[in-house]
This record gives sequence, structure tokens and C-alpha cells, in this order.
Amino acid sequence: MKRSKPTNFGTNSSPQLPRKINSRAQLRDLQRAMANALFRPLNPQWGMQKRWIDGSSMEAVASEFIKPNDRLSSFERLEIYNRQYWFRTLDCLYDDYPGLRAVVGERRFMKLATAYLSRYPSNSHTLRDLGNRLEQFLTEEPQWSAPREELALDMVRFEWAQVVAFDGPAKAPVTPDDILDTPAAKLRLGLQPYLSLLELNCAVDDFLIAVKKRESDVLRGEASNAMEAAPKAAVRRKRVRLPKREKVYLAVHRHDNMLYYKRLDPEAFAILSSLGRGSTVEDACVEAVTASERTTIDWSAQLKDWFDAWSSLGWFCRRS
Amino acid sequence: MPANAFNGFTEYGVGIGLRVPHYRHILAKKPVVDWFEIISENFMVDGGRPLEVLDSILEQYRVVQHGVAIYFGSADKFNREHLRRLKRLVKYTNTPWLSDHLCWGSVDGRYTHDLLPMPYTFAVARHTAEKIRAARDYLEVPICVENVSSYAEYHASEMTEWEFLSEVVELADCGILLDVNNIYVSSQNHNFDPYDYLNNVPHHRVGQIHIAGHSKFEKYILDTHDHPVLDPVWKMYAHAIKLAGHTATLLEWDDRIPSFDEVHNEALKANKFRDKQLAATTA
Repeated sequence: MKRSKPTNFGTNSSPQLPRKINSRAQLRDLQRAMANALFRPLNPQWGMQKRWIDGSSMEAVASEFIKPNDRLSSFERLEIYNRQYWFRTLDCLYDDYPGLRAVVGERRFMKLATAYLSRYPSNSHTLRDLGNRLEQFLTEEPQWSAPREELALDMVRFEWAQVVAFDGPAKAPVTPDDILDTPAAKLRLGLQPYLSLLELNCAVDDFLIAVKKRESDVLRGEASNAMEAAPKAAVRRKRVRLPKREKVYLAVHRHDNMLYYKRLDPEAFAILSSLGRGSTVEDACVEAVTASERTTIDWSAQLKDWFDAWSSLGWFCRRS
Repeated sequence: MPANAFNGFTEYGVGIGLRVPHYRHILAKKPVVDWFEIISENFMVDGGRPLEVLDSILEQYRVVQHGVAIYFGSADKFNREHLRRLKRLVKYTNTPWLSDHLCWGSVDGRYTHDLLPMPYTFAVARHTAEKIRAARDYLEVPICVENVSSYAEYHASEMTEWEFLSEVVELADCGILLDVNNIYVSSQNHNFDPYDYLNNVPHHRVGQIHIAGHSKFEKYILDTHDHPVLDPVWKMYAHAIKLAGHTATLLEWDDRIPSFDEVHNEALKANKFRDKQLAATTA
């Protein structure tokens, strides 16, 4: 494959661009230079940084490839795009991760989101996927969510699971007729791709419900407020009490295209997880029941109830 | 030229963009609308509520796909997964034509989620036209490319934007989605006469027209799609349909979205210009 010759556009050096674009390689150089400028975080006043990564003047860098006009310098014209990039992407994360925002606080959330996007710029054609590496980022750089690292990680996993449940793929559910002739010792069931099973250390489900309720209350208040220009940050919001540390097993799924989260017993979680890994129904159940500390329970009745419920929710499908 | 090869020989009238705040109203009231434009990327998903809504819309309305992320002008090759999903949606909606922007927005697999202007050179026009042709061959649907609004120009450009647009569409043999608001915004930002633009593009290739509102700042105009259409843009629209004929027209309103009726009524103002133009041609 023909490749463009190495340039300094992917580096910290200020770009030196050809004044003519006569090839795809030169076009790529120009686009790399502009993208690198756009991906650089804004300064605290929401403007473009005055210096390039190597310390050279950003005005000089911008004027390498952007024409000034009678009202705006090259810097100012490039700054419009730099600001739009960050406003758009931060706005998207702000809307999609209200739980994480509540965990770390609004101001720190913006810093965290900026650091995240600086390290992991979008790799997808859709903004839906913008947070697809947030969990990885928070694992790699826990300082952004300290001292609530564990809670923040739980919340991000939970909020990403909702993205998946909202519009993730669905397979045809398995019907009783499909499995009638297969004994439990041989039966392997797949789980719907939109279903996420989460083992969490905090009750982020209740917490997120409270956060969303608070946000909708604030929105209602804002809508009826004649002083509509009050900036968001100035609105006084009552904090939602952070969740206590407790083990929670959660299934995040959809039913009739509505999003749901359902708490699971530890044994139920173990069975579903085991099925997801490819175990037979019999092995998954035996393993979970054997490991359980509960003794005063009619396991056959309990297992039947669970499997009936999961089947009616359409969680089972054929394994691919 | 109400119908041509570039809009699948359709006569679609005046439509509006399908937007989430209007879903409930549209699905419950089923208002009469000539057609809806959908943002392709919003429905290139695998399941769930978006596709359920789309199914309901397709039962009642004509739908045309408009994309925001093909990036014909990116130096990168196409994202094959993106095109595969797009083709699946094209077959699903049976869109008579498909539009996306004459711009770039990604490089080295990193996405800006913006519609960034191109350097207007012959080499770039050839590269872009090749990609449009390849996309059309793969997607098997006519393609119209839309002129974007812009806030910056490159030293490397060697022709005007309308010359570049004309060069690309002739080389690609594709249609134009003529966004008259974008022409107006760019003309103010780059000091050119918007009527020079309108007069000098190949009118027989115009398959669709976009109208929208914008916001004026001290030193530039921003294409915000959060206002009614402003008078200078309506005047340009009247001129555009005089040149290109009454063409499928779409109002974009993407931010601070008012009620469905307000958006629809704003779009229907386009009919007034069509009637005037028809009266003038038959007089």
C-alpha cells in the first residue's frame, strides 16, 4: 500500500505545510494539521491555546494553512472550529453521562471529559460511541475520579450498558419449541447482545434514578423561570447522597424498546454469566447452586421462576 | 427541473427534518407532510427504539436519507463498516436519493464530528469525485452532495467554492444538494456575492435544496439551524428555484427546536416562492 511520506503533523512540532495540495498525501497532511489543532483542548476561557505543543506561536501555526480575512485572523478562524469541536463533544458526554457527572461533580467532570477526549479522540462515525473507552480511561487514569474511583467506574459501566441496551442488536429469542428436545445437560443458550450483566460495588442504579429525578426537577424549575438566561452552573442543585458500598448484581436490558435495569440475586447473576460464557444450562445451575450459601430455598422452584422470567423477557437466543 | 436523475426522478415538494422532540406528535397526530429527511447516522443502529420509530414513519411517509459522516473529502479511505451500515439502511428506507456533505471530518481514523471545508484544488476535486463515484456504485442510489457553510479558507485553494463544487459534481456525475443558507453564511464569512455562487453551479444537477436559519455574531455568521429562515436566504431560495426549477426542498431546524407546527409552517413558506415562480413562468 502506498503511504504518504512521514511528516511532523502527528508530532509535537509545528506543521510546515505545502502551499499547494496536489496529491492525496498532501491533503492528508493538511487534514492532520487541522485535526491536531482541533483536538487540542481549549484554554480556561474557552478559547484556542495561544501556543502550539512545541511552544511556538499558534497564530503562526494557523497562518501556515488558514487564510485571514478583513475581520478575522487565521488564528481566530481556526479557533471557531476548535471551539465547536470541544463544545460539541463535551456537550455530548455531558448529556450521556449524568451519573458520572454527579459522582465527580460538574466542574471535575469537564476536566475529566477533556482529558479523556484528549487521550481518546472519537474513533467512530457516531457520537453515540463517544464514551466507548471511558471505562478504560478511568481504569488507566484513576486520578480523574479520585477519591471515588470505584463508584465512578461502576457508574461508567452502568451508563455505557444503557447505550448498548438502547439500540444494540437483538437476535430472535429462543422459544420453548426450540429447546424442547435438548436436555439441560447439553443445552447452551446465548444471551441477547443488548443485555449487559454488571457486578457492581455500589448501588448506582438507585443513585442514577435520583440524579435524573433531580435534573428533571431542575429543568422544570428552569422552564417556569422568567430569568431564563441564568447559566446552568449558577443553578443551585441539591446534591444527591452518594450510594453506600454494597454488592449489586444488575441486568441492563430493553423490553418493548424501553430501557430497564433489573437487580439479580447473586446466584441468578452467576447462572446468566455462566451461560454467557458458553456453559450448559445444567452446569451453570449446578455451579451457582453449589456455590450458594442459601440453604432454605427450593432451588428447583426458584430456578424455574428465573428461567420463566428471563425467557419471557426474551433474553435467551441461539449461540452464534 | 422538478425531477431529475439525481433525485431519482421524484417530485417531493417541501419536507422537514425528522427530529426527536417531534416524534410523539408525528406518531400520534400523523400530520400531512410531503416528506421527512432523516439523518442516516441516527438510524444506522442494530435495533431498539430508533428503528421502531423509523418503521412507523416509513409506514406513513416518504423518507430521504441525509448523512453527516461519509466525509467524501477525507484523505482516508472509506470506513467500510460505515458504508455497510449505510447500505443496509438505504435498502431499508428505499430512499430515492441520498445526500451527504462536500467536506471532510476524519483523518487517521479519528473523527471531528464536524463538516470541515475542503481545500479547493483540482487534485482534491478528483480525489473527492472518485470517492463519490465509489460510494454511489456500492450503495446503488443517486447521490447529491451538499455545500457546507464555512468559517475558514485555505491558502492552498486555487479556485472558488462554487468552481470546486461544479468540478466535483461534473467529475463524479452526481447531484447537488444546494444549501442556500450555507451559501449565504459562507458569502458573509468570506466576502463573496452569494448570487455569483447560485448563478455559476450546474443547475441541472440540483436534486434538492436546503433552507435554514443562522446566527449573526460580531465578526462572522454561524450556521446554527436554530432560527426561522431569514429574508436574504428566502430571496436566494427564490432565485435558486428560478434557476433550477421547483426542487425538493427541506427546512433544517436542529437546535432550540420549536413545536412541530411551527417548524412545518416555516417550511411551507417555500411554497409561496414556488407559486410565484410558476406564475411568472406561465404568464
